Amino acid sequence: MISIFPSLLNGAVISLQLLLTSMFFGLIIGLIFAILRINKNPIINKFAYGYSYFFRGTPLLVQLYLIYYGLANIEFLRNSFFWVIIKEPYWCAIIAFSLNTGAYTSEILRSAFQTIKKGYIEAAQSLGVTKKITFYRIQLPIAIKQSLPAYGNEIILMLKGTSLASVITIMDLMGEARKVNVLTFKPFEAFITAGIIYLFLTFVIHNIIKYLEKKYGFQT
Amino acid sequence: MELLSFGDTGWGDELFFATLMTIAVSIAAMAIGFIFALIFTPLKLSKNKTLNIIGNCYTTIIRGVPELLVIYLLFFGGTGAAMYVASIFGYDGYIEINAFITGALAIGIISGAYSTEVFRGAILSIDKGQFEASKVLGIKKYIQFYKIILPQMLRLSIPNLSNVWQITLKDTSLISVTGLVEIMRQSYIAAGSTRDPLFFYSVAAVLYLILTFLSMKLINKLEIKYSKGY
Repeated sequence: MISIFPSLLNGAVISLQLLLTSMFFGLIIGLIFAILRINKNPIINKFAYGYSYFFRGTPLLVQLYLIYYGLANIEFLRNSFFWVIIKEPYWCAIIAFSLNTGAYTSEILRSAFQTIKKGYIEAAQSLGVTKKITFYRIQLPIAIKQSLPAYGNEIILMLKGTSLASVITIMDLMGEARKVNVLTFKPFEAFITAGIIYLFLTFVIHNIIKYLEKKYGFQT
Repeated sequence: MELLSFGDTGWGDELFFATLMTIAVSIAAMAIGFIFALIFTPLKLSKNKTLNIIGNCYTTIIRGVPELLVIYLLFFGGTGAAMYVASIFGYDGYIEINAFITGALAIGIISGAYSTEVFRGAILSIDKGQFEASKVLGIKKYIQFYKIILPQMLRLSIPNLSNVWQITLKDTSLISVTGLVEIMRQSYIAAGSTRDPLFFYSVAAVLYLILTFLSMKLINKLEIKYSKGY
């Protein structure tokens, strides 16, 4: 069990890299789509809803396969400079995970935006604060604070999601565990050790979010 | 479109049966999850410390590790474990556990952890007076559970169970890695033999969307039906 630990830890580093990168892009995508969702224009609104409906209604594995195997099928993508990105399984995984977590994040942020008390915005308006500043200084900070607990859950779900990267040949924690299992025929040791590392990571993330909630949490 | 035709030339009938397989695995997993949830919910609510820890361990561990890990563990470890148990009883042959059973069991264990949390929340939100009233009337503990708590618990948990159902439905796509021919596996086969992955994975995505959409409608109807009178 000790001998397989280093290779699993290497895998865990890859898993964390995947998680952090896709959470970063996912947050940006989620924020953009949350703003589109609360837009009053029905076409923009429907577009953003369709995006989140698709990515929340289909399994992550389908999205991953669509991007990894499917995009390579399109002729002009293969000839364009995008090919540098989508020929790498690592970037395909990041694209799929970012789009997936972006959809969930947009829903979390949208509901946070919609539960902001109207009084805050009215107060800002009556003080003559411009719309832009109201958004950046009042709505956005409140929405981020309110969505912290739900976003913490999303990070943990995404950590579990990164294990799917192993099916498109990335040697993340899950991939390393599979390799150990194939080499040693000891499924219990390989997968239970990997499971303990995953649990540890979940535990750490959970506590960081709890700390942030306590420090910056928003009490209404 | 001819790729989707029924019969020997197209993949329509294969994909149709794969969809049925996905539905069957999801329902089986959900049912197994219910059994797990009905065992572990009382443990989580129990006043006994040891039982409490067992219940908490189940939900925490299962919700903290990737679904794929549980599936691999059962798929690769299950055969070995079954053969070991059989060897104690004097059977030394090779045992292969059916992919459907392993898959349904793995997803069932996962959905059971989520259902446990849902049931726990539902029981906690039942008015305390209900428990007290049945106690005052001298109703036995298990009758109290079956006749008073269980029906209310199920009604209260319908909205959250619909989320669990959606998660379960999507998780079944992961069973494809063990070789069970459901939507995901079938599109993988079709994509491989026609060299058109974009089309077949899109079809798979649409099939999943249809399934989630239809089940949402159905559950909404159930919810309206059972919240009549409240």
